[in-house]
Amino acid sequence: MKDAIVVENLVKRYKKAEKNAVDDISFTVGEGEFFTLLGPNGAGKTTTIAILTTTLAKTSGNLKIAGFDIDKNPSEVRGRIGVIFQSPSLDENLTAEENVRFHSILYGLYPFSPLYSLMPKSYKDRVAALAEVLGIQNDLHKAIKTFSGGMKRKLEIIRSLMHHPSVLFLDEPTSGLDPLSRKNLWEYLGEVRAKEKTTIFLTTHYLEESEDADHVCVINNGKIEMYGTPRDIKKKMIQEYILMDSKDKSDLRSELTKSGLKFQETEHFKVELGGKRAQQIIQTIKTELSFLTIHSPTLEEAYFKIIEPPQKDE
Amino acid sequence: MSRELSGIATIALRDFIKFLRDRMRILFSLVFPFVFIGVLGGSLQANLGPEIGYNFLMFTFTGVLGSTLFQSTASGIISLISDRESDFSQEIFVSPISRYSIILGKILGESLVALAQGIGIFGFGLIMGIPITFQQVLAVMPALIAACLLGGAFGVMVLANLSNQRAANQIFPLVIFPQFFLSGAFSPIRELPIYLFALSRISPMTYVVDLIRNFYYFGSPEYDKVVLHTPLYNLTIIVAFFVVFLIIGTYLFVRNERNK
Repeated sequence: MKDAIVVENLVKRYKKAEKNAVDDISFTVGEGEFFTLLGPNGAGKTTTIAILTTTLAKTSGNLKIAGFDIDKNPSEVRGRIGVIFQSPSLDENLTAEENVRFHSILYGLYPFSPLYSLMPKSYKDRVAALAEVLGIQNDLHKAIKTFSGGMKRKLEIIRSLMHHPSVLFLDEPTSGLDPLSRKNLWEYLGEVRAKEKTTIFLTTHYLEESEDADHVCVINNGKIEMYGTPRDIKKKMIQEYILMDSKDKSDLRSELTKSGLKFQETEHFKVELGGKRAQQIIQTIKTELSFLTIHSPTLEEAYFKIIEPPQKDE
Repeated sequence: MSRELSGIATIALRDFIKFLRDRMRILFSLVFPFVFIGVLGGSLQANLGPEIGYNFLMFTFTGVLGSTLFQSTASGIISLISDRESDFSQEIFVSPISRYSIILGKILGESLVALAQGIGIFGFGLIMGIPITFQQVLAVMPALIAACLLGGAFGVMVLANLSNQRAANQIFPLVIFPQFFLSGAFSPIRELPIYLFALSRISPMTYVVDLIRNFYYFGSPEYDKVVLHTPLYNLTIIVAFFVVFLIIGTYLFVRNERNK
């Protein structure tokens, strides 16, 4: 797999700052990968995205996107990325179509035209198809201030895909959206990934959104605290265990002791897996159980362990 | 049309459409001219007009026309500081279009916006009973465009030297308001103490206001009483200011833009 993003020893120190906002981080993101950058406020996520999207100069380091050095060929890089910003980037007084048209012209997809009616047929067809995805066939030429938050976010994504970017940067794209809009947005992004094979670079505060990522990178105080697949990270940080209980606690206690399993007795019996599968352990228990649950760790638990002690906000 | 030219036209059109759809902004853009022409010009004409020997309302009208267009374009450019963190401007800055094209597109767009405000000022002048012929409007047009372009370049120069919106909010009034008075937009500046004379002649707005009066008063008996310099002199200074502001301002803006 080729690398879509290469970051080597990236350092950023803002003017007059005493310490580095991003402090010597390196990572790569493969083509078509779903990559998540996690970290508390002030960890350096937005700074990293601003540098990768060419709007902020780095202090040092080597950065490549789609094979292009971002300092030597910023324009080539800009033409190959799409960005969904933290704050909305649509003009409220313009129509959905105008927002899309102006983007398309800026990216050199079509020559300038002051009116929709003068745009080529290929553009109109494409916009019609997009309107169908959003279900806004009748609202395409209405000011987008009448759209819901979720629809606006979707329109931004659709717009950013007009020029078929190799990498799509999403900076906390779902903050401020209600749960249903978030769910819809992720379903749509899933379809986009499947269809367009776009590399996704995500920062988010909703950790469950990272569960499906290919790789997760956790940064804190400008440094990488952990990198890996969500599964690896969870495995490394959080023990899997089984909680069980029986009406006859003493029977269960002696059985567990006899079988040599490590366990703690709290409200229930917390049995460590010790490298075994849960199924194997459960099969060995003869005592009748009144309670049984297998604890599978979430990325959120792992994340809290990584970034503890709690960090100060920005 | 090349991508850069298309981009410049798009950025300009976007500014113009945004203005046309913002009723509050349109209304607000007419408040200043109303205050200056109607209230200031009207009261000065009533009290001092007969002694000065020319119509003061007309004098203020031409001054307001030049200074409003200059100021409107300049402040429109400076809004890039806050815009870049909101709405579509964020998109513009990550698009592959060159930073120079962004500046040019923005100057053109804000000039269109200012010229649309100019139409409002003409309308207001007519209501006030100021004699304006169609020929005069046509004759003044190149000077109005020059006022917008110089205001835009001046805006770029200020923008390049300001790092954030707070600084812009504090500095911009400081560099623009004195010019309203130093340029002779509202009050005659034929006779000035030497220090004010010097300040008035380094103020770019002086030359756009005077150029408009060159055209508006052309052939009228008041011409010599109202106008300071020849059209060629004004135009030469305007072009010189424009080139210097635009080149240095754009260079600094592009250089500072990413270096935070």
